[in-house]
Amino acid sequence: MDWDVILRNLPFLLMGLQTTFKLAIVAAAGAFPLGILLGLSRLSSKWWLYYPASAYVHLIRSVPLILVIFWFFFLMPIITGRPVGSFTSAAVAFIIFEAAYFAEIVRAGIQSISKGQVMAGLSTGLSHISTMRHIVLPQAIRNMIPVLVTQVIVLFQDTSLAYVIGVREFLRWTSLVDAREFRSIELYATAAVVYFIICFVGSTITRRLEKKGGRLR
Amino acid sequence: MHPYGGWMLQGIFTTIHLSGIGWIIALILGVVVGTSRVFPVAFIRFLGTAYVELFRNIPLLVQLFIWYFAVPLVLPHTARLWMYENVPNVEYMAALAALSIYTSSRVGEQIRSGLQSIPKEQYQAALSTGLSQIQMYRYVVIPYAARIIIPPLTGEFIGIFKNSSLALTIAVSEVTFMSQRIDSYTFHGIEAVMGASGVYIIICLTIMFFMGFIESRVSVPGLIKR
Repeated sequence: MDWDVILRNLPFLLMGLQTTFKLAIVAAAGAFPLGILLGLSRLSSKWWLYYPASAYVHLIRSVPLILVIFWFFFLMPIITGRPVGSFTSAAVAFIIFEAAYFAEIVRAGIQSISKGQVMAGLSTGLSHISTMRHIVLPQAIRNMIPVLVTQVIVLFQDTSLAYVIGVREFLRWTSLVDAREFRSIELYATAAVVYFIICFVGSTITRRLEKKGGRLR
Repeated sequence: MHPYGGWMLQGIFTTIHLSGIGWIIALILGVVVGTSRVFPVAFIRFLGTAYVELFRNIPLLVQLFIWYFAVPLVLPHTARLWMYENVPNVEYMAALAALSIYTSSRVGEQIRSGLQSIPKEQYQAALSTGLSQIQMYRYVVIPYAARIIIPPLTGEFIGIFKNSSLALTIAVSEVTFMSQRIDSYTFHGIEAVMGASGVYIIICLTIMFFMGFIESRVSVPGLIKR
């Protein structure tokens, strides 16, 4: 055992961790709004919103993330007409992929609010959009928070898959350092501990939120 | 004659048996872990919780690398030599271990929540009619819990097929790996990746269809249909 290898390569590992966080934040920031739009469309009575959104969600949810990452790795240069970095194509893939999962959370959250509230909103003269915006969504989002945090933790773990197209995130740096140092046990154990601590803190927060916030209906 | 179609078929076959065998192991481990989390002895509950938290909070890809790169190094020298000489397909075994243990922690959680969703009164009623503990589980709790657990388990079953794609990183020749291999031979990356995506979509639809059929056959009367 030679734990010195971690200290020697700390700058590289930290650089990787920084990229991991950057990727997770970009993905969450992009996927959540898209997820809200998709989730609302899945509840819409207009067929031209409902069917495309449902098809999107079902399609993405039945394909592994790795393949979505490969799709955009191959497609992005064709769409934009010039090479884009692996970080950008990974970020786009994550936004597209995770949005489908956020959409289902949003849909379930909105469905947890009773119909009476929507009727009450409409009967006071609010438009459909205002009812959603001022009455349903604020309560629904509060109900969704624990599940949303869980999904963000999953997303954080998923960023390790950007490894496959060579994004230099935390796991990629770990394996790069391992290729030079031949210290697999120490390096991968460290990676596991780092991921574990971050995700465990996240899931503890989720449990707190679940206990504290009573569900609104 | 191109070999690529044959590669894809080989890949599909590997994906199916890797996920299938992994699922059986995950189900067995998951039942043990799930019941341990509602066990009357606090220490066993703690072990179950520790297992679930450990394997759920580390990304599957990291676990895969640990099984493939780190675990063989922990073994004593002679055992390692024996393993490399006698175990065919070390990467397949590593992928199987990582997939089944990761999935078992998730299955365990579903089984725990299924068991806990049964109202306390059912247990009390079963005992008060004179059933023994074992009979209570055999005739009241398990028939009820098993049916409640089926829908979330369907999700996990689909999940293990999708997650098996990660095995390409350690060169297990499953269908995603084969699509990448076809890409490197032909530069038709998009077609190969679309082909692999189609395979997963068909697998998912098939599982959903069959599980939907089973669900409707065994659904608990009187509960809201999902």
